[in-house]
Amino acid sequence: MTEALKKLTKKDLESDQDVRWCPGCGDYAILATVQRTLAQLGIKRETTVFISGIGCSSRFPYYMNTYGFHTIHGRAPAIASGLKITRPELDVWVITGDGDGLSIGGNHMIHALRRNMDLKILLFNNQIYGLTKGQYSPTSAMGTRAPSTPTGSIDHPLNPISLALGSGATFVARAADTDAKLLGGILQEAYKHKGAVFIELLQNCPVFNDGVWEGVKEDPAGKQIALVEGKPLVFAGGAKGIAIGPGLVPQIVDVGDGPGKTPLSEILVHTERGSALYANLLAQLVQPDFPIPMGILYRHDKPTYGDLAAHQVEDAVTRAGRGDLNKLMYSGMVWEVGADGTRH
Amino acid sequence: MDTKHLDRVVIRFAGDSGDGMQLTGTEFAKAAAEAGNDISTFPDFPAEIRAPAGSLFGVSGFQLHFSASEIHTPGDAPDVLVAMNPAALKTNLKDLVDTGTLIVNTGAFLEANLKKAGYASNPLEDGSLGKYKVHAIDINQLTMSALDGSELSNKEKGRAKNFFALGLVFWMYGREPESEIRRIYQQFAKKPEFGEANVKVFKAGYHYGETAEVFQTVYKVPPAVFQPGMYRNITGNEAIALGLVVGAELAGKKLFYAGYPITPASSILHSLAKYKNCGTLTFQAEDEIAAIGAALGAAYGGSVAVTASSGPGVALKGEAIGLGVMTELPVVILNIQRGGPSTGLPTKTEQSDLLQSLYGRNGESPIPVLAAKSPGDTFYCAIEAVKVATRYMVPVMLLSDGYIANGSEPWLLPNLNTLPRFDVIHRTDPSGYFVYERDPRTLARAWVIPGTPGLEHRIGGIEKDALTGNISYAPDNHEKQTRVRAAKIERIAQDIGELDLSGGASGDVLIVGWGGTFGALRQAQQQLAAQGKQVSHAHLRWLSPLEPGLGKIIRNFKRVIVAELNMGQLRQILRATFLIDVIGLNKIQGQPFKVREVLDAVENQLDAKHTDHGEPAAVVSQPQASA
Repeated sequence: MTEALKKLTKKDLESDQDVRWCPGCGDYAILATVQRTLAQLGIKRETTVFISGIGCSSRFPYYMNTYGFHTIHGRAPAIASGLKITRPELDVWVITGDGDGLSIGGNHMIHALRRNMDLKILLFNNQIYGLTKGQYSPTSAMGTRAPSTPTGSIDHPLNPISLALGSGATFVARAADTDAKLLGGILQEAYKHKGAVFIELLQNCPVFNDGVWEGVKEDPAGKQIALVEGKPLVFAGGAKGIAIGPGLVPQIVDVGDGPGKTPLSEILVHTERGSALYANLLAQLVQPDFPIPMGILYRHDKPTYGDLAAHQVEDAVTRAGRGDLNKLMYSGMVWEVGADGTRH
Repeated sequence: MDTKHLDRVVIRFAGDSGDGMQLTGTEFAKAAAEAGNDISTFPDFPAEIRAPAGSLFGVSGFQLHFSASEIHTPGDAPDVLVAMNPAALKTNLKDLVDTGTLIVNTGAFLEANLKKAGYASNPLEDGSLGKYKVHAIDINQLTMSALDGSELSNKEKGRAKNFFALGLVFWMYGREPESEIRRIYQQFAKKPEFGEANVKVFKAGYHYGETAEVFQTVYKVPPAVFQPGMYRNITGNEAIALGLVVGAELAGKKLFYAGYPITPASSILHSLAKYKNCGTLTFQAEDEIAAIGAALGAAYGGSVAVTASSGPGVALKGEAIGLGVMTELPVVILNIQRGGPSTGLPTKTEQSDLLQSLYGRNGESPIPVLAAKSPGDTFYCAIEAVKVATRYMVPVMLLSDGYIANGSEPWLLPNLNTLPRFDVIHRTDPSGYFVYERDPRTLARAWVIPGTPGLEHRIGGIEKDALTGNISYAPDNHEKQTRVRAAKIERIAQDIGELDLSGGASGDVLIVGWGGTFGALRQAQQQLAAQGKQVSHAHLRWLSPLEPGLGKIIRNFKRVIVAELNMGQLRQILRATFLIDVIGLNKIQGQPFKVREVLDAVENQLDAKHTDHGEPAAVVSQPQASA
């Protein structure tokens, strides 16, 4: 039986390399879910490429038995773009973190998303620099005490989902590292999506920022809103929901009929294909004031960079004909010098 | 009316950066090429797009050398200067040969412009131009008169004045105006009213020459004798773009080009973006790092991948080039050098990125570096860069510079069918595959691309095991890999052609040069050799590895002069490599060498008391070029 026809298992997607993350790192769970889900999806190992930058999460490609490229700090989206533009038939995944993807590589991130590059970008957000031993990152909460900020960080954190939406990502989702079911489902949808995928993974760093997402993870009912297509934004077992107040201000309300309560009909209903305005509103639901929306926040179909580039090439061939290098060389002011050495 | 025959003429057009001097020069160059002259051009313009009118720093110039015999340079000093305003006169007059011809647009010699140019009195009236043949012509007024009755605004009419100057020099040098008139109509096909106006003014300039009694002579430069074949006029950046397209074709691969706008490299991207129907993909990246990053990604995927920049951008690309060294991916980096450091002189030429190219990365990170010597040579260098990158699996740096990027020359078109192919074959056999197993001849690892079943593997920037390519921090392995990466570069020497040597393999003085200084150095050597002097010129195409042919002859000369537009970067390398003293001829003015400067430097050495053969020559560490 040939490889292509064989049903892949999770094991087939594990490389022969020892995984070198710290014990208890959230990356293990993500790796397992990615391997399991891609096996279920029946991907081809040879047409799947994982590209990463630098940081703990960026070691990811070494552990996938696919093609993999561990590049340099922050540049994975650029390198992945070059690969995808020239090899559109490949499935290209980008593995990055909050430091790699939002700080040193922030520029490449926004432009890959803006162009709607057909890349699946997984951003492992642990709100800290792990590999360099615990400095605060662009997503760290204000006041984060770290070796570089002994008296607390004084810069405001960046909202990865807002950035992705603002940049033009066409598939935006969020899941916690250990929520295999949710992440698996998102990965399945992401795999089908044609265009720039951005998935924020709430990932725990047990060594330098242990428990930073614990509040969210330990109380899924109270601190998370499970986004389900066509369902209202409710949490706490349906007792609470999100409604919109004057000035498009999101509010937590008690759901129900009667005094002081808001009827279910007035609670926002989730749709992945809502307006960017709605998706941005979801992005603004952040701790500690709100429970965090988990799942697929936004999905939108629009031509990818690769499609448009291919279209331009086809168009050029239709207009000018398949390129003739001799013609190209002999264009412009061309003249002949005869055997006598003078111009004819 | 006399007709006088000249062997060669150097003419310079100078005016405000908005006066259209580049267009005027380019058109006149075309006419010279069309008439069968050999030509060499030197556009020299400010970084500002439209510098304030009349300012000294806003002067834009275009120098053209056209000749009845073979030439290599745009000429040391103009025989004719066309100055469209006082600032142009002020900044360019010092270069005009004594008794040279000066055509001045008196219409711009107003009080305010004279003041801006720093003239206390009007040079047209104070006798200071006595030694020149001055033609004072109110080009502004004559342009307006020619367009009397035109619908255009006065401002629009005024913009046509460069065509008056063009028409005038067409007449002076006996050029046929018809094809130029056709070209103007073509160029302004989308704005026919401007085309019409420009033709009118061009004709007015031409007829002015014919009828005004001030010009008693028409000068004719007969056609030069060329090697038979098909020719076109080409700039360095046009030729390098064609070389990349052809190089990819010869490799049997698609070309991917990623760039970020930077002077003077941008026009390569402009050219390639037009070649989509040839299978070329271009990508304007968000920054310099993304451009090299995308190129690396494309190389990983199996394309002939190229990025280009100039020094500041190449500095930004350094880390990613190192990734290419570590992962051994074929990518071509073009550095169209300009004056530095920092932003430096964006529109001026310099050769000061040699050491950056050789060493400007962290760690032991050697790469092959070659340099083009002329506009047309960039075509062949681009092909060679693609060949070496794909054959040796390594990032290759190709150096050009602002002078050859923008300068043009008649170029003998190659027959594409005779260029040797170097088809790339990607490994597909999974049996016994090791990611860093090397070809014994080239030391290259196999170029296995994603999409190949059974050969899935991981690469990255962390040190690799010398065989498996897995992460390895083993001390011996790192030393082994470092040495093999260096040895791979040295192996390229086996594919390098003959040294470009003019003159004997021994003698009194050897001039060593590289890159865009070729023309001035070769011309100087040929002049000296014609006088019977024992002077040779070796021009290096390959800087890393250093051309093997140089080592064979460098000790056979009493003196070695290394001429470069920097503080002596190649000189350092030659001293370190050969442990012999070499003398520097260095110029750091953003301008190419003049032949005279090279002649002077060589003659100084010939006149100096010779040391015994084989002994070190005197050290000349200070720059020798005239200010």
